[in-house]
Amino acid sequence: MIINSLLVGIGGFFGAMARFGLNKHFNRPENVPLPVGTLIVNLLGSFLLGVIIASQLDRYWTLCLGTGFMGAFTTFSTFKMENIQMLLEKKWRGMLVYLAVSYIGGIMLAFLGMVLVS
Amino acid sequence: MGYIAVGLAGIVGSLLRYYMSVWLGDASGVFPWATLVTNLIGCFLLGYFTSRIAKIAWLHPPIATAIGTGLIGSFTTFSTFSTETVTLVVQGHAGLAAVYVGTSAVFGLLFSLWGYRAGTFIHIARSKSI
Repeated sequence: MIINSLLVGIGGFFGAMARFGLNKHFNRPENVPLPVGTLIVNLLGSFLLGVIIASQLDRYWTLCLGTGFMGAFTTFSTFKMENIQMLLEKKWRGMLVYLAVSYIGGIMLAFLGMVLVS
Repeated sequence: MGYIAVGLAGIVGSLLRYYMSVWLGDASGVFPWATLVTNLIGCFLLGYFTSRIAKIAWLHPPIATAIGTGLIGSFTTFSTFSTETVTLVVQGHAGLAAVYVGTSAVFGLLFSLWGYRAGTFIHIARSKSI
C-alpha cells in the first residue's frame, strides 16, 4: 500500500501540474467561447489512458501513469463547474457544445487509444 | 510557486481518489461506483468552494488555486470515466454504460449546482446574522 501510494502520488504531482500549465496556456475566455484548456486535457487524457490500459503495463506503471498521472491530469469537477458557469451566464449553446464534445470525444478517443494498441 | 502548490495538492487529491477506488472498488461489481461517487463528491465540493472563495478574505490566491485546481481537480477524473464507459460497452454492458454516462452527466451538473448554491446560501445566512 505504501509503494502504491507513492506511485499514485508521484503521478498525481506531475499530472496536476501539467493540467495547470495547459489550462493557463489555453483557457482564454475572451478569445474562445469554450474552456479549451480543460477540453484538451480531458480529450488527450482519455486517449492516453486508453493506450495505457490496452498496453497492459505492469501494476506499478499503471498506478503511476494511469491512476496517478492521467487521473490527476484530467478532471471532472472543473469540467462540470465550467458548465455551471456557462449555465449561470446563459450561454446555452456553448454549454451544450462543450458537454457533447467532451462526452462523445472523450469516450471515442478512449476507445481509439485502446484499439490502436491492442 | 504556483506550480509546486498545485502539484502538492494534486498528490493529496490523487491519493484520496485512489483510496476511494480501493475502498469502493471491491463492492462495486461491474458498475464503476467508485469513480461515479468520487466525481459527484468532487463536483459538490468544487461548486461550494467556487462560490465561497470570493468571500474568504484570508485565503491567498495561490492556495485557492491549489485547493480548487490541484486538490479537487485531481480528486475527480475524466479519463477513467471515459475508459470505464468503453470497457462496459466492450464487455457487453451497453445499457449500464448508458446509465453511467447519463448519471455522470446529469448528477454531475446537479451536484456542482447544489454545491454552488450551498456556498451562496451560507454566505447570505452569515451576512444576515451580522
